[in-house]
Amino acid sequence: MKKLLISAVAALALLAAAPLAMADAPKQGGQATVTFNNDLTTLDPQVGYDWQNWSVIKSIFDGLMDYKPGTTELVPDLAESYTVSDDGLTYTFKLRDGVKFHNGRTMTSANVKYSFERAVNPATQSPGGGYFGMIAGYDDVVGGKATTLSGIETPDDKTVIFKLTRPDATFLHLMAINFGYVVPKEEVEKAGADWGKKPVGTGAFKFVEWVPGQSIKLERNKDYFRAGVPYLDGVTFEFGQDPTVAVLRLKKGEIDIVGDGIPPAQFAELMADPANKPLIAEGDQLHTGYVTMNVTQPPFDNVKVRQAVNMAINKDRIVRLINNRGVPASQALPPAMPGYNPDNKGYGYDPEGAKKLLAEAGVGEINTELYVMNVDPNPRIAQAIQQDLAAVGIKAEIRSLAQAEVIAAGGAGKAPMIWSGGMAWIADFPDPANFYYGILGCAGAVEGGWNWSRYCNKALDERATKADAMVKDNQKDARITEWKAIFDDVLKDAPWAPIFNEKRFTYHSERLGGDATLFTDPIHIPVNYDYIYARDAQ
Amino acid sequence: MLHYLARRLAASLLILLGVSIVTFGLTFMIPADPVAMIAGRNSTPQMRDNIRIQLGLDKPIPEQYARYLGRLVTGNLGMSYARKSEVGPLVVSRLPPTLLLMLGAIIAELLIGIPAGIYAATRRGRFADKAAMTLSFVSVSTPQFVLGLTLLYLFAYLWNWFPLGGYGKLSNLILPALTLGLAGGGWYSRMMRSSMIEVLRNDYIRTARAKGMSEWRVTMKHGFRNAILPIVAMIGLDVGIFMSGVVVVENVFGWPGIGQLMWQAIQSLDIPVIMGVTIVAACFIVLGNLIADLVSPLIDPRIRLR
Repeated sequence: MKKLLISAVAALALLAAAPLAMADAPKQGGQATVTFNNDLTTLDPQVGYDWQNWSVIKSIFDGLMDYKPGTTELVPDLAESYTVSDDGLTYTFKLRDGVKFHNGRTMTSANVKYSFERAVNPATQSPGGGYFGMIAGYDDVVGGKATTLSGIETPDDKTVIFKLTRPDATFLHLMAINFGYVVPKEEVEKAGADWGKKPVGTGAFKFVEWVPGQSIKLERNKDYFRAGVPYLDGVTFEFGQDPTVAVLRLKKGEIDIVGDGIPPAQFAELMADPANKPLIAEGDQLHTGYVTMNVTQPPFDNVKVRQAVNMAINKDRIVRLINNRGVPASQALPPAMPGYNPDNKGYGYDPEGAKKLLAEAGVGEINTELYVMNVDPNPRIAQAIQQDLAAVGIKAEIRSLAQAEVIAAGGAGKAPMIWSGGMAWIADFPDPANFYYGILGCAGAVEGGWNWSRYCNKALDERATKADAMVKDNQKDARITEWKAIFDDVLKDAPWAPIFNEKRFTYHSERLGGDATLFTDPIHIPVNYDYIYARDAQ
Repeated sequence: MLHYLARRLAASLLILLGVSIVTFGLTFMIPADPVAMIAGRNSTPQMRDNIRIQLGLDKPIPEQYARYLGRLVTGNLGMSYARKSEVGPLVVSRLPPTLLLMLGAIIAELLIGIPAGIYAATRRGRFADKAAMTLSFVSVSTPQFVLGLTLLYLFAYLWNWFPLGGYGKLSNLILPALTLGLAGGGWYSRMMRSSMIEVLRNDYIRTARAKGMSEWRVTMKHGFRNAILPIVAMIGLDVGIFMSGVVVVENVFGWPGIGQLMWQAIQSLDIPVIMGVTIVAACFIVLGNLIADLVSPLIDPRIRLR
């Protein structure tokens, strides 16, 4: 009874608080300024693939599918609806009525087809073209035998039909990825090599101006097909802003969002000030930091050695080292990812157990190398790992190199161990498959691939392919259960030592409003500019 | 004179050719694969091969260099890997801010170095001299990123005298120009001091003093005009020193010049941009040296060009 009373009081309190919350409802208008250290490379959706341009492109362009803001829940976007055939090989999308490009022309199904062909065409050099390998005709386009995808049909202006060569449960996610965003052919051809600097899309914001090295301006697209958004009248991105300086500028009220995140050196100080609490949004991201162990060469060809490494590393200490900007990882998948197994606790910190396993493995003295990207905090993390390994008798020398050099060493299969920080892996789309094929499957275990452990388990690959063939709605749960089992088996083989799952912290000005999930959107990385708003808008 | 100029120009071209060979060679020594960076983490071996062929990276290295040089002489610096647009216009669009910053730094170092040097020379051995020379030592040894961030924190964040980085107004220029020029200022103050001390020892200075000229007029009219000569000859060489400094200073202050472009290109392994900036910077350094050599005889008749 007492409990009931308390909840009744709580409910009343909530009701009373409601009008207050209403007063802070999103308003139309106002501007926001976001800083980045580096100028953007390109706003070409088929090409752009770094974390500065990723969500700017999302604000200018749209795909057939998208996610509910701040979540990983798929919803139709440029498509109004879609149907999937029983065999999972045909997807039919009905396009929304009256969607216009920023140049005023109506978007049609031909533009959708053109955009996918552009992504796959080798001349575009798209880093994401490989995602569309299941569309019929892909091999011909990549092989230079055709320039159009035979697997995309456009019976009328409002209908797009995709024919696939294999059923693929991730297909709808791929329809939401930047590389498949719809571009107007005439503008691409008119701009030529400058297309990446003069983007024209259908999205919430319209591109206004790019001053190289200095700024990019976007303004609200008044004809955007979703009524009421975006809230902001404009967003300005300023470049060449060192994050340390950007934090000072934000404190002075000159800018609104530090796009690069909070620099490690200022993190503790900013978090310690209670006044900053409402200004720092905290959110999960689909990220895992891990140490790869090359399973094709001794001593890591021995599963016991790999398990021992997993047990030797004190993940809690490393999480403290990064100011608690993450949580210790038990497995390859991050907690926010479907397929994450909360019951699997992974390898606990157990140096004695690690020593015992190493003795059982009988590999003698271990001298190895740990590759790491040379940007803070990664060398510090590598040092912590080095100490932990030394405590169980594994001597690891640290090779601290530029990002491109570590990636090259990993791709060449030369590096015995790599700490993935600063390079891998944040999911491109929220599905467990995105954490498998490229970095744990056989497809990535090749020269130049990203499976730096060179772990290739054919039986698991087969199970993965089978799981992804479960495309029907009623198979969704079974598919995720199977992926869970696959990742449990990966963990038993221990090609990685998962270390932590990074959290994202976005520092923004007081005048910007919006749910914390918008400032740490798992898809619109780092911020979903379409749904945040200015409190001081008139 | 004309003969000398022709010889120097020919030598400059040889230097630039050498620079092109070295930068080209370096890009092959970097243990990283640009194709992997372009193709991204989801690429297949087939996609990577496609890109390698498109960029001509499958050809033998001498042939690649020949193609590169062939494009270079026509002023074509190639296409950026990351931006997929032409490098030439990109570098040119970033040049004016860098040149402006260098000009600002030259003015800053002269404004600091010359008065400090003269002042120290006229008070040789006294406290003021020692203090000025200690400060010059500190300014020469302070790393630019430390100096830049300190100036920003004090003058822009705490005291609001200047904007926190940025580009476009004179007030934006002052702190970065000071950061880039302070070390040179310290250096020049030492040069100016020793040059001034040497000049002030001359007989004509004694004569001037004997005439009853005021000490100020002796120092400025007879001393300064002769002591400044070696410094003027040095300014052209500063271009080379500044070219490396702008990479740091432009990044601290958000200055949109070629230093910032270079830094970003290095991070993304955008080799055509790295090579383009290097070649353009080398041109300016060679030009600066040439001007320094040509100016010397004009201000000091004892130097002859042969």
